[in-house]
Parts: sequence; structure tokens; C-alpha cells
Amino acid sequence: MTTLSHLGTLRRSAAIQGRVIYALLMREVLTRYGRHNIGFLWLFVEPMLFTTGVTILWTLSKSAHGSSLPIVAFALTGYSSVLLWRNMPSRCIGAIGPNLALMYHRNVKAIDVYLARLVLEAGGATISFVVLSIFYIYIGWLDPPEDILTVAGGWLLLAWFGASLAMLLGAWGEKSELVERFWHPASYITFPLSGAAFMVDALPTSVQKYALYIPMVNGVEIVREGYFGDKIRAHYDLPYLVGCCILLTLLALAQVAVVNRDITPE
Amino acid sequence: MIVASHVHKVYPTRKGDRVVLNDISFTLERGDKLGILGRNGAGKSTLVRLISGAEQPTSGNITRNMSVSWPIAFGGAFQGTLTGLDNVRFISRIYNQNYAENINFVEDFTELGLYLREPVRSYSQGMRARLAFAISMIIEFDCYLIDEVSAVGDARFHEKCDIELFQKRSDRAMLIISHDTEYVRHHCTKFAVLHEGNMEFHSDFDQAYAQHMVNLHG
Repeated sequence: MTTLSHLGTLRRSAAIQGRVIYALLMREVLTRYGRHNIGFLWLFVEPMLFTTGVTILWTLSKSAHGSSLPIVAFALTGYSSVLLWRNMPSRCIGAIGPNLALMYHRNVKAIDVYLARLVLEAGGATISFVVLSIFYIYIGWLDPPEDILTVAGGWLLLAWFGASLAMLLGAWGEKSELVERFWHPASYITFPLSGAAFMVDALPTSVQKYALYIPMVNGVEIVREGYFGDKIRAHYDLPYLVGCCILLTLLALAQVAVVNRDITPE
Repeated sequence: MIVASHVHKVYPTRKGDRVVLNDISFTLERGDKLGILGRNGAGKSTLVRLISGAEQPTSGNITRNMSVSWPIAFGGAFQGTLTGLDNVRFISRIYNQNYAENINFVEDFTELGLYLREPVRSYSQGMRARLAFAISMIIEFDCYLIDEVSAVGDARFHEKCDIELFQKRSDRAMLIISHDTEYVRHHCTKFAVLHEGNMEFHSDFDQAYAQHMVNLHG
């Protein structure tokens, strides 16, 4: 009986949280993109423009990436991954301030604000990645992925990594604005290190194992393995990546709970 | 019933911790109308936020056995770029309400007409107040927390507010804070004075008022 009523309470809470996140998401779409020109389509048109720009740039400069892969395929998988894990923290740092007035509503919690923004950000990056993939495949610049499930798996892991990092930095950012100051340079500096612009296989053997200490590198390698199959040799450490994600998630949830406790609505 | 027991609230400041509420306990039954008087910065709004559950006490407990509104105030917690209707939609979604019915009520109550489809930043203060109040009335609660109702708006608006709150919802519990002592006297049955973190209860308005005057003028 008690477990049953617990389940019922849990289901009710989940329904409330679902509604709140949906409401915040719709509100976020409107405040961010408004009702002008293409409106919320910017959600994925913007990352598409980014990825296309980088693809063109890398094609023109014939970037050396140390593999026989076509540069378009390399840029698409690499830069889309960067957008996925890098934009989420940027959107979560300082996310509470503009939404403080909404905290007057008991059911609106810090974690809902973060989750709404994460869903939007991950959704935008994912739609951009999928649409560009289909487009490039259609015009013949790219072969269809060898194994879509592996691509999806790698992509989800990158999204998980980005989301947990985002909530952790978001929560820390409420305590100190240093987080925001440091995140900008850090996100730029980690970009070339993130595996977007190199394959681990192309690195000297002695460096490879250090490269795999960077969680994002593992994720991008999985995405590329799914995309290119036998054409490349992917290197990654799945348990390490999952371990990093779990650790970040636990830390993030603990810190968000602290933010929740200390919140003072306007 | 709402039970506050041994509620403390401390805010950190540059010069160390400041105790805003010091060991406050009380019970609010269904239908009670509690008016709280206090100087600026006495902690009235803080108390209302704690009771609403938007903010957590530093120590102590607040138990809510009836549904409690968010603090109804007329600053209006609005994002300027959203329209009035967007805000109605947001609240309807959060509280799982029928949006279409709510729109009708809000249009009727606010008399804002076409402005409901314009961004809130183009509203005057009085228009915002009308929208904020109407939105607060679309959800039915057992207890309403009312923070400074009479500060803005014209006489007609005040009449409409009084009808919604004190006639249509006269059976509900209310917690009212206001600097307008007449308003508190008129609408409340129990009174409390908040001063330097302590809360003193009076069943008689004149006693509460006298105490409040002493706190104000020394």
C-alpha cells in the first residue's frame, strides 16, 4: 500500500515537473527567438550556419586532419559535437537570474530552468546535425552512416556529458561569477583538444592515451566510428566516459540542490 | 491549515549575517484573514515568500495542508518581451489549467483588449497591475497571500479586486501585508505586527495599530 501511494506521489510529481519544464521551454523559445522572421527555427538554423561555415572553411584550407576521410564528413561530425557539449554550459551559466521572478511559483525549481534550457540546446544541436547529415548525403558529399545506432549512442553520451557539465557549471556560477569568466576562455581552449579537429589514431601513439583522458574525445570517436565504420580506427574508453558522466551528474545534482535551497526570488 | 513552527530566516550580508525572522510560529486556519503590519524592511515580504514555499527558511518548518497561492503582488513577475497572453499561457501550463477559459477571464477582468497581444514592456504600471491580478485569480487556492494590493491602479480596479478576493472568495484563508492600515483593518480578522524579527499577535486591530505606531515613530 505504501509503496503504491509512493508511486502515485512520484507519478504526480513527475507530471508536475513535466508541465513546468514544458512551460519553461515554450517561454524560453519565445523570449529567445521571438515571433520575428523565422522565429524558433533559429534554434537549429544557427548551429547549421556555424557548422556549414566551419565545413567550408576547413574545405578551403584543406585542413590536415590526419586521415583519409572526406573533409566534409570530418567537419560535420566534429563541429556538431562541439556545438552539442559546448553550448549547453554556456546557456546554463547565469540561467537562474532572468528566471528568478518565476521562482515565486513553488513548483518552478532551479533544475527545471536548467532542464528546459538543456532540452532546447541539445534539441537544436541534434536537429542541426541530422538535417545537415541528410542534406550532405542527399547531395552526395557524404555517405550514409555505417551504423546509426552507434552514432546515436556516441551522440547521447556527448549530450549527457554536456548536460551534466552544464548543470554543474550553472550551479557553481550562481555562487561565483568567476565560473562565467573562466568558462569562455576554457571552452575556446578545449575546442582544439576536444577531438573535433583530429582523430586519435592520427596522434603519436605516446599521446593517444592522454588524449583519451579528455571525455569529449571519446564521445566524438564513438560518433565517428558509427559514421565511418571500418574506414577509420576509432580509439575510445567507454567505461571512462560513462564514469565521467556519472560523476559529473552526481556533483551537478548536489550543487543544484544547494542553489535551490539558497534561492531568493526577486 | 498552514503551520509555521520556529521559522528563522537569516540573510548573509557584507557585514555578517542579518536575522530577518527570529523564531516565528503561528497557525493559519481555513477562512482566517491575517493582516501583518510592519515597517519597511521588517521582513513582511520575506515571510510571505517563505509561506508560499518559493523560498526556504534557514531553520524551522512550514507545513501546508491547503493549497497556497504564490505571493500576489503588483510589480508583476513578467518578462517584458512576452505578451500578456504569453504570460497567461505560461501560468495555465504550470498549473495545468484550461488556457482558453483563462483567456476569457483575463480579457474580461483586465479590459486590456488588443494590448494583451502586445509585449508587457509596453504596458503602463496600472495595466501591469491589472494583468498580474487577473493572472493570480485564474487559479483557485484555499489560501491567498497578498502583498501590498492597494499600491497601484485606479478606483475601478480596486473595486474589481475587492469583488474577486473578498466577495467571491470570502471563504478562503488570506494573509495580507500592506502599509495601508485601513485596508488591513477592513479585511482582516487577526492581526500581527512584525518588528525586528519578532512577530506579535493581536486579536484586536487597535492594539496592533498602536504597537505598529510605536515601532514606526519610536
